[in-house]
Amino acid sequence: MSDPKEFVAGIDSDQRRSPVRVAFVTRRTSAQVKVNREDQVQTYPEVLFRAVLAIELLAIALVFFSLLFNAPLEGIADPTHTPNPAKAPWYFLGLQELLHYFPPVVAGVLVPSLLIIALIVIPYFNINIEANGLFLKDRANRLRWFYAAAAGMLIFLIGFDVYVAVPPTVVVALAMIVAANSRPDSPSKFRRYLAKRPLAYWIMTWFLFELIVLTAVGTWFRGPGWAWVSPWRNY
Amino acid sequence: MAVKTSAMMDKVRASRVWRSVFRAGTGDSTLHRALAIQQSIFLHLFSTKVRKRMVKFSATWYLGTLTFGTFLILVITGVLLMLYYHPSVPQAYADMKDLQFVVSSGLFLRNLHRWSAQLMVFLVFAHMFKVFYRGAYRTPREFNWVVGVVLLVITLLLSYTGYLLPWDQLAFWAITVGSNLSSAVPLVGNKIHFLLLGGNQVNANALLRFYVLHCVVLPLAAMLFIAIHFWRIRKDGGLYVQGTEPKPQQNNETVNTAAEVK
Ligand code: HEM
Repeated sequence: MSDPKEFVAGIDSDQRRSPVRVAFVTRRTSAQVKVNREDQVQTYPEVLFRAVLAIELLAIALVFFSLLFNAPLEGIADPTHTPNPAKAPWYFLGLQELLHYFPPVVAGVLVPSLLIIALIVIPYFNINIEANGLFLKDRANRLRWFYAAAAGMLIFLIGFDVYVAVPPTVVVALAMIVAANSRPDSPSKFRRYLAKRPLAYWIMTWFLFELIVLTAVGTWFRGPGWAWVSPWRNY
Repeated sequence: MAVKTSAMMDKVRASRVWRSVFRAGTGDSTLHRALAIQQSIFLHLFSTKVRKRMVKFSATWYLGTLTFGTFLILVITGVLLMLYYHPSVPQAYADMKDLQFVVSSGLFLRNLHRWSAQLMVFLVFAHMFKVFYRGAYRTPREFNWVVGVVLLVITLLLSYTGYLLPWDQLAFWAITVGSNLSSAVPLVGNKIHFLLLGGNQVNANALLRFYVLHCVVLPLAAMLFIAIHFWRIRKDGGLYVQGTEPKPQQNNETVNTAAEVK
């Protein structure tokens, strides 16, 4: 955008008329817009064609899958006969796994609410907009905070016997330690990448790992009484 | 023959009746192709042009598009399933059995709806993480991210309310486990639980409530928010491309979105 101040002529606020927009191009200047020129394609037909193609391939794959595999249907609902274990749909099994360790107010109300709030807040979070590597500025101080947070989280998880949530936490913490000891101009591509990751990246990655591990445990490794089972054994 | 058909199509498209319906008119010039998008109430949600880089598979993995694809399949199969389904106890379960053994292709229809629903939940999460990892949630796209979070919640609720409808053991106890959590809300928990189920436990009232939510309220909400989501992509300057975005924090130039005519 060129500086608009140069050609604002006046503001017409007569509500009974449609405003007319006029741009004045003064002598010795030419109208120009400061944007990066970049190749584009037209939405119709190119982009729509690709979208429709993608959706058709998806539909074909789903049709085949549906011809091969039947949706589960058990006996009619019977309030007097509780199955053991009674499981929620798979995408809630991470929460159900937490329910095994924490009271319902925490696992069923507090955690989901905080997750949704955290997701909404992500783009408004100041540290994010900078999008600078977490340890590139103020390193010593931030490392101290990081060690305190990681140790606190691990003590908390172990204190409540949530051992399944420990490995993802340790993996992410170790990656963060590598990041803290990497320079953005490091010869290793991987270390360059880690060094530049902002705080939001680490939190989201930790969330993703926990989500996968907790959901997988709840889905495949939990049997009657929410005890450990092997997914390959029929109970 | 092919030439004849296309000549005929051209004639139809040039006719007064056709022109009265489709405002864009005929022709395949760049302008006409732009008008085909801009002059259609549905397509004008999208911009007329898209950066070439963003059409590549690697940019988005088409995850948003595919999420929308599962939603379309779900609407179509869902409407067909509604023709055979009664939200009452025990008829609901009998209808499942009928779909399986009596209705032609009934089982296939149910399979397609069920598997598409599971895939949609998966895809919506995948899309969210893909958007996050490519940094596309940043200014000026914050609000579209929030619209996305709303869509995530709607998708989960759609899937959850649908889970009860077959009225089998799986459905009944999954919803019992889930809805019991609402009683844990401090102070008003039991009230919410009662409101959700229309009773103190999962029963015929709960089935009817979940049916109305699943077939009317939530799909309408989803359509509304999907429309906002798509429209905001255009308004926010098209899909995010790394490196070409203004960086509001780094210099004093503020981004004036209203000044950029889209
Ligand atoms: C029903 C669910 C959803 C549908 C149908 C949907 C659809 C789409 C589509 C088609 C796009 C275009 C680019 C792409 O494919 O990535 C897009 C972009 C986007 N989506 Fe979604 N989405 C959904 C849910 C979400 C969720 C859960 C989030 C995040 C919390 C989200 C955040 C975004 C953002 C920020 C963009 C803009 C990306 C950019 O500018 O590059 N969406 N969405």
